[in-house]
Parts: sequence; structure tokens; C-alpha cells
Amino acid sequence: MSASLALSLLAIDPEGIGGIWLRSRAGAYRDDVLAALNALPLPCVKRLAPGAQVGDVLGGLDTAASLAAGRRIWSEGLRGTPTSIVVPGAERIEPALAGALALVLDEGEHVAVLLDEGTEDDPLPPASLTDRMGLFVALEPRGTLDIDGDAIAAARARLGTTDLPEYMLTALVAGMGAMGVHEPRRALLAAHVAKAHAALKGRDVTDADLAVAAELSFAHLASAPPAPEDIDAPAPPPETGEDQQDQSSKSDAALEDQIIEACRAALPPDLLAALQAAGGRSLRGSGAGEPNISHKRGRPLPSRPGALVSGRRLDLSAALAAAAPWQKLRPASAGHISVRASDIHVRRFEEQSDRVVIFVVDASGSAAAARLAEVKGAVELLLGEAYSKRDHVSLVTFRGDRAEQALPPTRSLVQTKRRLAALPGGGGTPLALGLKMALETAEAAARKGMTPSLVLLTDGRANIDIDGAPGRAKAGADAKSMAERLRATGYSSIVVDAGLRPQSALQTLSSDMGARYLPLPRADARALATALSDRS
Amino acid sequence: MTKAVYPFSAIVGQDDMKLAMILTAVDPSIGGVLVFGDRGTGKSTAVRGLAGLLPKIEVVAGCPVNSERLEDCPDWAEVGSTKIVKRDTPVVDLPLGATEDRVLGALDIERALARGEKAFQPGLLARANRGYLYIDEVNLLEDHIVDLLLDVAQSGENLVEREGLSVQHAARFVLVGSGNPEEGELRPQLLDRFGLSVDVRSPATVEDRVAVIKRRMTFETGDAAFLKKWRAADGRVRRKIVKARDALGDVALPEAALADGAALCLELGSDGLRGELTLLKAAKALAAFEGAEEVSRAHLRRVAAMALRHRLRRDPLDEAGSETRVMRMVDTLFGAFSTAAE
Repeated sequence: MSASLALSLLAIDPEGIGGIWLRSRAGAYRDDVLAALNALPLPCVKRLAPGAQVGDVLGGLDTAASLAAGRRIWSEGLRGTPTSIVVPGAERIEPALAGALALVLDEGEHVAVLLDEGTEDDPLPPASLTDRMGLFVALEPRGTLDIDGDAIAAARARLGTTDLPEYMLTALVAGMGAMGVHEPRRALLAAHVAKAHAALKGRDVTDADLAVAAELSFAHLASAPPAPEDIDAPAPPPETGEDQQDQSSKSDAALEDQIIEACRAALPPDLLAALQAAGGRSLRGSGAGEPNISHKRGRPLPSRPGALVSGRRLDLSAALAAAAPWQKLRPASAGHISVRASDIHVRRFEEQSDRVVIFVVDASGSAAAARLAEVKGAVELLLGEAYSKRDHVSLVTFRGDRAEQALPPTRSLVQTKRRLAALPGGGGTPLALGLKMALETAEAAARKGMTPSLVLLTDGRANIDIDGAPGRAKAGADAKSMAERLRATGYSSIVVDAGLRPQSALQTLSSDMGARYLPLPRADARALATALSDRS
Repeated sequence: MTKAVYPFSAIVGQDDMKLAMILTAVDPSIGGVLVFGDRGTGKSTAVRGLAGLLPKIEVVAGCPVNSERLEDCPDWAEVGSTKIVKRDTPVVDLPLGATEDRVLGALDIERALARGEKAFQPGLLARANRGYLYIDEVNLLEDHIVDLLLDVAQSGENLVEREGLSVQHAARFVLVGSGNPEEGELRPQLLDRFGLSVDVRSPATVEDRVAVIKRRMTFETGDAAFLKKWRAADGRVRRKIVKARDALGDVALPEAALADGAALCLELGSDGLRGELTLLKAAKALAAFEGAEEVSRAHLRRVAAMALRHRLRRDPLDEAGSETRVMRMVDTLFGAFSTAAE
């Protein structure tokens, strides 16, 4: 049902809502949804061709037409005429193209439908696009559409006079804040969604409309499930959390609670579970810091003139284009194109980072706080100094009866600082769980074309086994078998022994892992960073 | 396509960003503005709004570089008209995937093919002359293009020597770059070459956020009273900017202010003299904007963070942001609570 409702809302206020982010595998139901676009009062539907370039979106020289006509013909791209742009494969789209689309969307009158076929592990569509989509729908595998064209027409006529009272708006914004959604643009989109829904119902905005806005417009971005003691949700900037508390006292608390309750009810149950499982990770774009292209290819960049030395690849079409204007001037034998050295263009690709350093940090016991602080420092130093190397870092911590990914692979210093600000410590040492999580992180990174290397920081012996139960013997055996699995993958790794004196148990573990053993008592951030920078 | 421009003054909060942009409008030689921060906080709205409120510029009709007088038109443009027309201050968007050709200009293929002539096809830099060049997600732009842009922005001249062409034209524009630091950072060498840098955040209070949405929604309905009110506010800013431009030359820069600026940069260890120059220029522009006769410590204090924050050596172990570090040093040098006395 949410697909029908989302389409109707988009048709009621296309300019205000901007578009739909449609998460779904290709299938008959998705085809139905796309076909339904044509019947709605939306601008003419156009599907973006796979492999479309920036020029196709922003307009530019139409090479084929220009050559045929013998004069320059400019294409308009998607500018000019209002269009409903269907973007297939939105999760794989390049940042440059996404930027161009965002530029066109900002000119107004266009709407977009992002087709995101991604699964859990895949990257998300670029935030520059998802930011501008007022609606998010995760399509069920099958379903039926039920769209009432007359109701939409009536709602469009009513939209101008539909009122969104200020206290409703305040409640909406406060409710969003409580769920960790702070972007002003999102609030504006959600307000438009609420208003469109009210127009559809033929009345002014009520809390029922806000609940619809919550479900369709921002529940997917919620980073803080509205639970009472949710302190360590990483995403919202720290200061807003405090403001939020100031705010609740000022504004009409009762209504706000009601909205938060409505938001909570509107959250799909599986989403909430997924959020909690992921420790507050949400469908928020993690940005271009994570490459999704194999490093062997890299992101293609515009080709440049240059000599064709070994290791470079010729861009034939660019070279021909460069040679073309001179053909009349160059003495050429008939039927041949005269290409000179100065015409040669070489292809270039953006070098994506090769490496991701995964820190696996023992956050158990009394020394955890100090050790985490040092790792934090080392991570930041690596990121800050090794800019030219473009290493990514990731952090896995383990304590008590579980391991968690505290920081997915990233090279953003800002994001790292936010995530690392408050990591909890204390409890038992589930070494096997930590290694397992590290292995999973490493494999996920390897799938994205990066080369993982692991750094295990610990000072103790395993005392929690892989099922989270205490017991030294089993814990030790589990850790050993995980270490052997890690060794089998061949990822380079280092075991840093942060204990006061070197421990034979860790030395054994590191040889099980095939890792370099590095005793570093009271490891300080700089020593650690230095040790890691000159690792082979 | 031609939507009405959202009034600059109607942007809620974001005072630093607005001030930085106004200062570059008063004295474009301050250099570009780098706006880093959360998405959807009105960065692009502010650039467009500012360009919309600035007085219209007079240009020779048909001149590709928006020349003011016929004799300024470049030879290659072969401008035939002598008519002067008025137009809005140009704002040119630089898309992320732009090629060097598109930015700098390149050989005009049509004329080369049809007439065998070497002619120049101007690029985005030509169109941006005397206006603003806006780059969203500047941190994702190729370093090489950013280098080119900053070079041209500083020299005010675009020199193209390629494909057998050798042309140059005026390219005086204010570069406004924006981006989200979570998606990647800018090389320090590039950071340093932006004149001012400001950090924008989503409004922190519910009231402000509600105000943002209310104003935006009112604007979208094309409400006449709303536009009248804020266009009037824009008009006041315009008059202040125009006055400040005239007064800029007469604002005195006392020895004391020079010494303060030098001491501040020295203590902060900002590399090179660019920081000092920008700091003083920005303070002078602020003094002119406020109608003051000379630069005071209050002016320096107000612009210190935006002029210097991106020029500090990064110390990843220092928790405080660079803005805090600048303001801490300002307080140490100028005295923490002397704002009123200044």
C-alpha cells in the first residue's frame, strides 16, 4: 500500500516532494509502479540510460548529431523541459553524475525516481540524490497498486489552501530531532509530504499526516530509535542532542511525545530491529569516502593530452576528436586521418584507496579506556598524516559477550572523530568474537576491491568463547581457530601486545594468525602510528 | 527554469556564512569562500541570493566575458555591438564532472572544421567573469581542476595555451566552494588558497528549524507580502555593500591593527603570509561594511576564525576544532572579555 500512497503524494505535490527513493529488486511489481508514473499528473517520464554521462544530464555538444549535420548541435540534456527522471542502478551511480542530477533537480519542476537495487552490503545511492527525495519506499516483492486519479486531482486543487499549523510543524521538527534526523532539507520535504497527505484527505494537517510523513519521508534515516536511554547513537552531532533536551521543555511536550509515539509506531518493525542490530546505522549515505569500484579500474576521469608511455592507455575517441579539427589543414593522404603526437589523449582513472586498516581493539577490563583513547589517537594520526596514501580505517571492538563494528571503513577524519567520541569499555574478553567480526569486515572490504590489513590490540587472554559464554579453555580454542581462519585468508596482520610485559599466549596467537607480533607496553598514539606506517 | 531567487536576508541564521559572502562582495580580492558543513543548510541558496541582491552590472551586449566597456572585450570575441545592457551578477555552477575544456575554454571545433580557423570557444570561467563561480562538493572535484580554478581566481586572468591557441581574458570572480567534510577532505594546499572558510551546521533549535520551513514554504507559494518584506531587507544590504565598496579605500588600517594581525598569525603558526593578508583585508571590508573609519580589534575578532581556521596545521590529537583554537588565541592576545571596550 505504501507504494500507492507514495505515488499519489508525489503526484499531488511533485515540486515540493521532489521524488521517490524506491528500494526494490527488478520485478513485475516494480514495473507496475514505473508504468503507473505515466498515468499520473507528473512531467514526462524519461529513463536515464545506463552509462549516461554528465553531458547527457546537463547538456553539451551532441557529437553524433554535430558530425552528421556538419555544424555544432547542442543537446539540452535534462534541462529545460520538466521531466520525471527515472534513475536505474542508483546505488552504483557515480558522484559526478549524481551531482549533475542534483543540480538539475534543484532547478525545480523535475522529479526523480531512484531505483535502488542494493542489498544490505551494497553502497547506498549518493547522498546528494537521496537528500532530495521526499519519499522512501522499500517495495515488497509483489503487490497491487490502487491509485485514485480523481482523488489526486481534487487534492492538487486543495493543496494551496491546506493549512499546516505552526504547532504541528514544531512537533514534526521536534519529532524528527528526537529520531536523529536534523537536516533542514529533510524537514522541508517531510512538511510537504504531510501537507500533501492532508490535502488528499481533504482537511488541514493533523498528527495522522505527520505519522505518514514519518513513515514515508524520514523513518529510513532515523539513526536514533526513539528509545528512552539512547546516548551512544553515533550519527547526530553531539550538540543537537543537548539542544533537543532544552527544546522539549520549551515546546508543547505533550504533543511532541504524541508525535514521537506516532513516529515510533510508523517505523516498520524490521527496520527498528535492523537499526538496533546495526548499533544505530541507518540508510544514511556514508558518502564517497567508501569506494565501490574495483581498484583495478578506478573511477574514470576526463582524459588528458599526454604522451603514450607504457602503463598508460590511449583514449581513442578523445584523440580522434582532438585531431578532427585539423584534418583540413594537415596534408593527409586520402582516406586516412592524420593524427599527430599532440592529439594523443590518455585515459586516467582515479586511484581509489588500496588499503583498509582494521583495528580490532580489546575494550574489556580496566585498561580499556586508556587503550581505546590510544587507538583513537593512532587512527586519527593515520588519517591525518597519511593523506597521500589514502588509507581507510575501520574499527572493531570487543568486550563482554559481543563484538561490534564501531567504525565502518572510512577515511573521513570528521566521521571518525564523531564515531569514536564515546566508546564504552569494560567486561570480559571475547577474543574469538572480535576476530570473527574483523574477518567479516575484512572480507566485506575485500569484496569492494580494497586490501584489508588487521591490527589486533589487546593485553589479555580470551575468556569468553565464540557463543558469548565464559570459560577460558573453550575461549582460547575458539580464538585459536578464528586466528587460523584469518591466517588462511592471507591478510597481513599485526598483533600489538599492550600488556606490561610480553605474554607468551599472545605470541602463540599471533603465530597462529600468521601475524607480526609487536610488544608495545602502554602503547601511545604516536608510537603506534609510527609502527603501523612502516609496516610492510 | 528561471525560478525566482530566494531572498538572501530571509535565510535563517548562518550569520558567518552570510557575513563571509558579504565581505567578498565588498572586496572581491579577499578571495573565495569555502563553506563546509551539513547538507541542505542553504549554501547554494545563499550564493544565489547574494548575487540576486547585488546591483546589476553593465555589460557590453554579446560579450562572452561580461566586459564593462567595449575596449575591455577580448579581441578573439569579435564583439560587434556597442550596446551596453544591464544584467544580474552572474552565478555559474561548475558541475563535478567538468573537463578542463569546459572550464577554461577550448578550440572552437565548429569554426575549425567549417572555416579552418583557429578560434576560441570560451568556457565557464569566461561566463563567471565579474560574478560568482559556485562549486558544490568541491572536495570531490578533481584536484587538478581545483588547482586551475584557484590559480585563475587569484590572478584574475585566464590564459589558455593549448591546441595551438594562445588567448587570454579577464576572469575575475569570487569562488564559492561547498562540501561535506564527511565525504572527504580538501588538500591543505588547496584549503589555504580559499580566502575565507566557514562551517555551517543545521540550525540547532526547533524554533529555527520551524522558521526555515515556514519561510521556505511561504516563498514557494509566491506570497507577495513575504517577497516585499525580504526584498526590502535585501535592498538595505545592497545599499550597505555599495557604500562599503566606495568607502573601502578610505578605511584606515592603524599600526596597532597590523601588529595585532601579525601577532595572531604568528602565535597560531599559520603558514605563509596569506593568512595575515586575508585577515586584514576581511577586517577592512567589515569595517567598511559597518561604516567605521578604521579597523579595530572588534573587526579582527569577528573575522579571525573565518580567515584563519583553514590555515592551521592540523593536529589530529587536539580535540578542539580549528575555530576554537583560533578564538582561544584571539582571547589570549586581545583579552577574553574586552569586546565591549574595543
